[in-house]
Amino acid sequence: MQGLLWTAAMLAVLPLVAIVTHIVGSGFAALSTSLFFKSPAPAGVSGGGMANGIAGTLLLVAMASVIGLPFGIGAGLFLAERAGTRLARITRFIADVLSGLPSIVLGIVAWELIVRPSGQFSAIAGGVALGALMLPLVARATEEMVRLVPNALRESALALGYSQWRTSLTVVLRTALPGVLTAVLVALARVAGETAPLLFTALGNAYWSLNPTEPIAALPLQIFSYAQSPYDDQRAQAWAGAFLLLVLIAGLSLIARLVVRARQRLLRAGPSRTDAS
Amino acid sequence: MPETPADRAYRGYTTLSAIAIPALVCVLAVLIARAALPALAADSGVSVIGRTWDVGRGQFGLLPALVGTLTTSFFALCIAAPLGLGAAVVAAELAPRPLRAPLAFLLDLLAAIPSVVYGLWALAVVVPLLRTRVMPALADAFPNAALVAGPQYGPSMLAAVLVLAIMILPYISAVAREVLLAVPRTQRDAALALGATRWEMIRDAVLPYARTGLIGGVMLGLGRALGETMAVTMVIGNRHTLPTSLFEPGYTLSSLLANEFGEASAEGHVSALMAAACLLLGVTLLVNGLAQWLVWRTQHGRIGDHRGAD
Repeated sequence: MQGLLWTAAMLAVLPLVAIVTHIVGSGFAALSTSLFFKSPAPAGVSGGGMANGIAGTLLLVAMASVIGLPFGIGAGLFLAERAGTRLARITRFIADVLSGLPSIVLGIVAWELIVRPSGQFSAIAGGVALGALMLPLVARATEEMVRLVPNALRESALALGYSQWRTSLTVVLRTALPGVLTAVLVALARVAGETAPLLFTALGNAYWSLNPTEPIAALPLQIFSYAQSPYDDQRAQAWAGAFLLLVLIAGLSLIARLVVRARQRLLRAGPSRTDAS
Repeated sequence: MPETPADRAYRGYTTLSAIAIPALVCVLAVLIARAALPALAADSGVSVIGRTWDVGRGQFGLLPALVGTLTTSFFALCIAAPLGLGAAVVAAELAPRPLRAPLAFLLDLLAAIPSVVYGLWALAVVVPLLRTRVMPALADAFPNAALVAGPQYGPSMLAAVLVLAIMILPYISAVAREVLLAVPRTQRDAALALGATRWEMIRDAVLPYARTGLIGGVMLGLGRALGETMAVTMVIGNRHTLPTSLFEPGYTLSSLLANEFGEASAEGHVSALMAAACLLLGVTLLVNGLAQWLVWRTQHGRIGDHRGAD
């Protein structure tokens, strides 16, 4: 029986090994300076790049953060501080359900709210869709990190006369900040890889554009269209783009794990370890 | 210290942020349902049991996409659930301690890979493999079976099922692993004290205790599979048919939305697509809601309580 279970585990890990080796192999080989600094060349012409996609993804993630971070961190603080209340329990449950919904639905909402009334596809619509996607992820991650901070720290600050908001922000959140930041970065990386919400909001753009009111290119959108392209160099660029995404996500996930584990050890060691002296 | 105006502002900010999440789901549901309303009219051409999708003639039969969504997800679950649960048991119980964290990290990494990257790999590696090796082998092994009959294009229901299985496996195993780790030590110790072997302890003390949560984890995987868009779009062949063979192309609700939403302009077309989105949202909300409820129940008493060692 144990052998069967181990076989299952090996089979489960096998695709990961296959995918990662293939991406690293094909993607690394396709990396070039033109990939980072040039916009796409006409189909069939070599020498193009994904610069507009990389820049577009950065802009979209930045716009998503404007919505996702303030509300996400605020919600996370609420969930951690007023944990037993009914609103907290409902919000926690719904946040988990929301993060399991197909992301294309959020794209449809952004389309209905922004693209349809304005009559055009725009980067803002894509940013809003991604921001909505980011919200439950950041909220739950912030909650987990803030809960690691021992209650004694909060109580000491309150006993010293700090007001509630100052305790929460400058003492508790600040202590939890490395963990929160890493969790936020992981959420950003996940959002950066999303394609479906962007298909009919940001739409994609063959040219360089950073205009928020115009369609904008994005790395995952380019990977999607290049993957199905009949041209070899476009397909090679798709692998390079996939490699970039993989490095971003794997790197941040690894760093996040290390940071979280270090914070857990530090904060569980007791109030004495978190003294300023 | 009594509450200052700044304290009130802070509380308002956090409460508002928290309310934003349920509000988002309500906005989602209301917006899509409202936009899908025109599809309910008798002359809209939209039909859940209709088989023909012909935009030009105003026929919007959603059955192929709906059936495609349900069947690909079901078959993917059949493959991924045993493998994922097995991997979770290994990661939580059987693996030597130093190996557990790296194994869990590997599985989590599998869950973090973007869908479009899976699709790229599937299109470049899995589909050619199916077309050149697997499909001919299956067709030769079962020459009269309808399930493996027909032309072997490559992009097919089989490809979609395999890719979906690979994609939902880490979700199932991540949740299952958490659920297994939440089983109290006393259960395991009691079984071991009564003389059970390692596997007997797992089978008789851990698994039954965690059963509800494990079912919840499997259902979460199902929820993901139902909503999975990009990878499926790239390998399923995107044809509005009710496939009888695994080798045939098919369609799913999410692929339909991904392919046609950007170019839909006729009002009838848009509301038909909104109806498809409504179906998809309804099914995934139901499955995910039920799944989360099951998982919460195992990990803590009331739903929405914080999970964890406190």
